[in-house]
Amino acid sequence: MKGYDLFELAVRNLRQSKLRNGLTTVGISVGVASLVAMLSLGVGLQQLATRRLAGSGMFDTVFVTSKQDFRGFDREDDQKTEHPENAPVLDEPARDAMTHLQYVTEVEPEIRVMGEIVSGGQTHFGFVTGLPMSARENEAFDNLQGKFFSGPSAEEVILLNDFAKEIDPKDPKELIGQEVTLRYGERQALAPDSESAGRPQLAGTPGGGSNSASGDDFGFSVVRKTQKLKVVGIIEEEPYGGMRTVSRGRIFLPVDLTEKLNMAQFTDMRSSLRGGGGKTYMTLTVRVKDPGKVAQVQDAINKMGFRTFSVLDATKSLRRFFTVLDLFLGIFGSLALAVATLAIINTLVMAVLERRREIGVMKAIGASDRDVKRLFFAEAGAMGFFGGVLGIALGFAIGKAINVGTGIYLHRHQLPSEAVWILPPWLIGAAIAFSIVVSLLAGLYPASRAAKLDPVQTLKYE
Amino acid sequence: MDSVPSSRVPPAVQTANVCRYYPMGGGIIRAVDGISLTIERGEFVALLGQSGSGKSTLLNLLAGLDRPSSGSVTVQGRDLAKMSSEELAAYRRNDVGMVFQAFHLIPSMTITENVELPMRFAEVDRAERGQRVRESLEQVGLGKRLEHRPSELSGGEQQRVSLARALANRPSLLLADEPTGNLDSRTGEDILNLIRDLSLSLGMTVVMVTHERALAERFAQRLVFLGDGKLLSQEALA
Ligand SMILES: Nc1ncnc2c1ncn2[C@@H]1O[C@H](COP(=O)(O)OP(=O)(O)O)[C@@H](O)[C@H]1O
Ligand SMILES: [Mg+2]
Repeated sequence: MKGYDLFELAVRNLRQSKLRNGLTTVGISVGVASLVAMLSLGVGLQQLATRRLAGSGMFDTVFVTSKQDFRGFDREDDQKTEHPENAPVLDEPARDAMTHLQYVTEVEPEIRVMGEIVSGGQTHFGFVTGLPMSARENEAFDNLQGKFFSGPSAEEVILLNDFAKEIDPKDPKELIGQEVTLRYGERQALAPDSESAGRPQLAGTPGGGSNSASGDDFGFSVVRKTQKLKVVGIIEEEPYGGMRTVSRGRIFLPVDLTEKLNMAQFTDMRSSLRGGGGKTYMTLTVRVKDPGKVAQVQDAINKMGFRTFSVLDATKSLRRFFTVLDLFLGIFGSLALAVATLAIINTLVMAVLERRREIGVMKAIGASDRDVKRLFFAEAGAMGFFGGVLGIALGFAIGKAINVGTGIYLHRHQLPSEAVWILPPWLIGAAIAFSIVVSLLAGLYPASRAAKLDPVQTLKYE
Repeated sequence: MDSVPSSRVPPAVQTANVCRYYPMGGGIIRAVDGISLTIERGEFVALLGQSGSGKSTLLNLLAGLDRPSSGSVTVQGRDLAKMSSEELAAYRRNDVGMVFQAFHLIPSMTITENVELPMRFAEVDRAERGQRVRESLEQVGLGKRLEHRPSELSGGEQQRVSLARALANRPSLLLADEPTGNLDSRTGEDILNLIRDLSLSLGMTVVMVTHERALAERFAQRLVFLGDGKLLSQEALA
């Protein structure tokens, strides 16, 4: 028998006992709905958690340091590295190489220098930090007052609320739009022959005291500089600051501007001591396209000879947690579908009993056992399909209700509403397919029973 | 029988010592017990005998609906006893048409749909079916109320529909189990007239079970008498 004939006969048979098959189909749809509602709750919760974590900017980030710095941070590592002095430094070429690694979207130096803001004749001390434009996505900017930087090298500043209060205790918001002066130390390279005469030296230079045999007497001086900046915004918390305990940044500049200003950093001193005057970084922050690729990027950077750190392990256990949660929700949701399976078996067994004679007639006029079997399969599959579609609609309605319910709850607790229930398209397809497969399995026994019926017995004239 | 000239067309159906036993309690029931029968092409044969003599059982063996316990049933040179159930189904849908005492139409289907059903199993093209349904219904003299359900028709009309359904796949063998059993005598005669005419015009072999000797004598070319599953006697009519 051809497919369309099979389908046509199956549907007309189903319509023959509308109430019974309708109820069975509704039963399947309730099963599918509960499965869909549970699984999409799992998906929703997982996405919510990932959203929150991604917002913290920690899960797609690899922090890179040179093995020359922070010795003892990782003992084991240090023992393996026999001569940490020979480990590569985080210089411009290294940064460039990391930028070109696969999955890396951004490599930003962590610039953190001491500076002073001069406003209204008063001076306020604080750490200056450079922020990439991507920091806009960080959750620290969720309740930004004012605006974000207009460009990566705009002469603008964003202040931490605490710091702004220090400047203007009455109304820190007043600062937004005002101009302030940043005082900082600029790193200025010295020509090898220069004796650096007449310059105010704030930091050490090998200068005349150098007795370097190689004649490497390259150095730099730090010059006090000022830069006018417009205050554009105020934030409550430092972005990416979650892991920092000391030297909390309070003054934020666009990262390119910070680099252009050429502020003197701690590492400058170290590199001048080591000689070979290139600029080096203390820490580079490598941002990865997708948290799932962090391990790969971390590996690649480790191979370059640097020390890396990420919060990858935390996401791993989080993923494991959600796999278990999904499993539980799935099992719970499947219970209703299991009951629906029994309903299908029951309905079809009854149909076989009722249609004994009809099955005999069909065989007498040429239906094969296989045709009969396929017909009952088609009926089971059709019920599964319609039940699946109806179940998706029902599950969708339940999910919407969950979202509205949690929305009201969160609102009452003055929290922003969140979609805890998300129905991804793959789940729609998977649920309908699953419903059909389960129905076909349920049809296995009734269909083979129908196929085995002896036509001679069923056609006996009583 | 053994001296049949080889130039003659092979018989339509030939059974050789065919048996069909049913286990019953401790013993067995010999529903068909060693019947050897040859039916020629285009022949109209009536199977006669008392109730329980094995007529229906023999007919079902010829139809490939049932398998013999022993012996053979040969149709067109092929032994039905040796065919797979799939092959038997193909034989039933392509070579055999069946008509029953109880009509056995599918009550939920219209007349047209009932006649179309065997063509679905035979995978006849959709486009061709409508034409063939009309043709079959014309052959049995039905042109009206084709979209009605069987229950809305008289017994005679229902038997015509079931005859049309039997003809749908253009079989070479028509098997009828007491086709007049549920009809009054006039309607029964009409149906038998129809069957005889179709047999003659289409060259179709007919085997009909009946227990009404008078009717059988009027329409059949040969009478075969069964008793206790055995072939008692045969009688050729002019
Ligand atoms: N399935 C069965 N089980 C046991 N006995 C059966 C079965 N079918 C038929 N019989 C017996 O076989 C014999 C022949 O039956 P049947 O061919 O229907 O007779 P008829 O059609 O001539 O009235 C009867 O005695 C009947 O009881
Ligand atoms: Mg009988």
